[in-house]
Amino acid sequence: MGTTMQTASDNTTRTRQARRRQQYRPFAPQGRETFFISTATVAAMLLLWWISTSLGWIKPLFLPSPAAVFAAFKHSLMGGVPGQPTLIENTTVSLARVFGAFLLAILTAVPVGLAMGTSRIANGIFDPLIEFYRPLPPLAYLPLVIIWLGIGETAKITLIYLACFAPLVIATKAGVRSVPVEQINAAFSLGASRWQVLRHVILRGSMPEIITGMRIAIGFGWTTLVAAEMVAANTGLGQMVLKASNFLRTDVVIMGIVVIGVMAFAFDLMMRKLETLLVPWKGKM
Amino acid sequence: MLDIDHLTIEYTSPKAPPTVALQDVDLHIGVGEFVVALGASGCGKTTLLNAIAGFIPPTRGTIALGGEPVIGPGRERGVVFQKHALMPWLSVLENVEFGLMLQGIPLHERRPIAKETLRRVGLAKAANRPVYELSGGMQQRVGVARAITASPEVMLLDEPLGALDAFTRESIQELLLDLWHASDRLFFFITHDVEEALFLATRLIVMAPSPGRIAHEYAPTFSSQFMDRRDARKVKSSAEFIRMREEVLDVVRSISAGEH
Repeated sequence: MGTTMQTASDNTTRTRQARRRQQYRPFAPQGRETFFISTATVAAMLLLWWISTSLGWIKPLFLPSPAAVFAAFKHSLMGGVPGQPTLIENTTVSLARVFGAFLLAILTAVPVGLAMGTSRIANGIFDPLIEFYRPLPPLAYLPLVIIWLGIGETAKITLIYLACFAPLVIATKAGVRSVPVEQINAAFSLGASRWQVLRHVILRGSMPEIITGMRIAIGFGWTTLVAAEMVAANTGLGQMVLKASNFLRTDVVIMGIVVIGVMAFAFDLMMRKLETLLVPWKGKM
Repeated sequence: MLDIDHLTIEYTSPKAPPTVALQDVDLHIGVGEFVVALGASGCGKTTLLNAIAGFIPPTRGTIALGGEPVIGPGRERGVVFQKHALMPWLSVLENVEFGLMLQGIPLHERRPIAKETLRRVGLAKAANRPVYELSGGMQQRVGVARAITASPEVMLLDEPLGALDAFTRESIQELLLDLWHASDRLFFFITHDVEEALFLATRLIVMAPSPGRIAHEYAPTFSSQFMDRRDARKVKSSAEFIRMREEVLDVVRSISAGEH
């Protein structure tokens, strides 16, 4: 008798605990504050860098000190080498390339993804093309892009565009598939035309996946930047890094990497903000 | 008004032999009836609703509404789903006026209509809340309001109360009877809950599985008793209700035991 009661009350405790655990969503770290953990990680990395260079463990040629990198940053910010573009100019040009390509990718990949997710024919046409080129490294088809489009801006933007396009299409397609059939049927039963369902239900319902796709796509865009600026570029962060590596200016190389990294990270933070503004309902229904 | 003749629906798959979800169903429903389809899962009741809604084409037979054959979904047949059917990116009010928006009715005209419906379903205060923050019962009220705002001739409700607690269920049952009574609409409601079926229906069809078909029909009068006396508990605890509930339960039980 006593044991039975014990077990029964244990069970209720257990269910209560289970319920509480469900509410906390322990495997969803997004909801919880990670700022301090992340800051500590970055601080530890910087400290390790500073110690290893100031104690002379690593030669400055391989890893210059944080101070030297910061000096390179300050030096090239406005002036730098006479006759060479400033850091601000390089950054502006690279930003324009990455965002130009990114915007073009959004304008084209979202409609293509919607078409692929909703039409068998569109899926049949685009699927082999995208799946073929998607895993190729951009450096592999860079020569082809240059042969076809020349060495101007078009080739650079095309290369970044191609890198952004595929993940965004795939994300949009996944978004279309994630829209519950009940929502689509409900709209049809309220008298919606096919076009209205596409615009008011499928596009809206795909937004969480599309925004995730945008985050991935812009990441690929930054990754491809250096490759895009390898040939016949006078300005751009990628070009700056490549040029510096030819002159063994490791400080400028690291500075350029940090600038690219910080910009990409800042943009990702913006995208996360955008996500909470545009799709606050994500995962809640 | 709604005429279903010799309706057979088979699901075909390339590997398995076709499954007969509904076989030779005949059903003729008049204006103002509250039809409830009752049955265990697998008896084809959801298939029947989906066919009337136009989501599934008949394999054989016909469905016609007011003489017009049903081909595909349409505005004259509103649907309330069990779940996942509200648009989470829209507010409660925007969900309710969604059908009017699709028709191109301007904001200043559709907004008052939607607000009035929300008041009728008891959600006037929740108009501007996001739907994903609402409780399950409130979400279903929004679903009902959304369907009815588009002024359909037929309301199709696919187990809308299946996931709700008993108290919420009962209050929405009363709401549905009020909405039904205030219009001459035809309601077609699906449930696996015998008590709910008896309380709501003017016509109760009990369905049997493999192949899906109508096994029994009843004509309960409890909904009109409720409309007169406004006391759901009293209606549901009356001797007549309990007697009929046991009778229908026996039928449902013998159907699942395979005696039909």
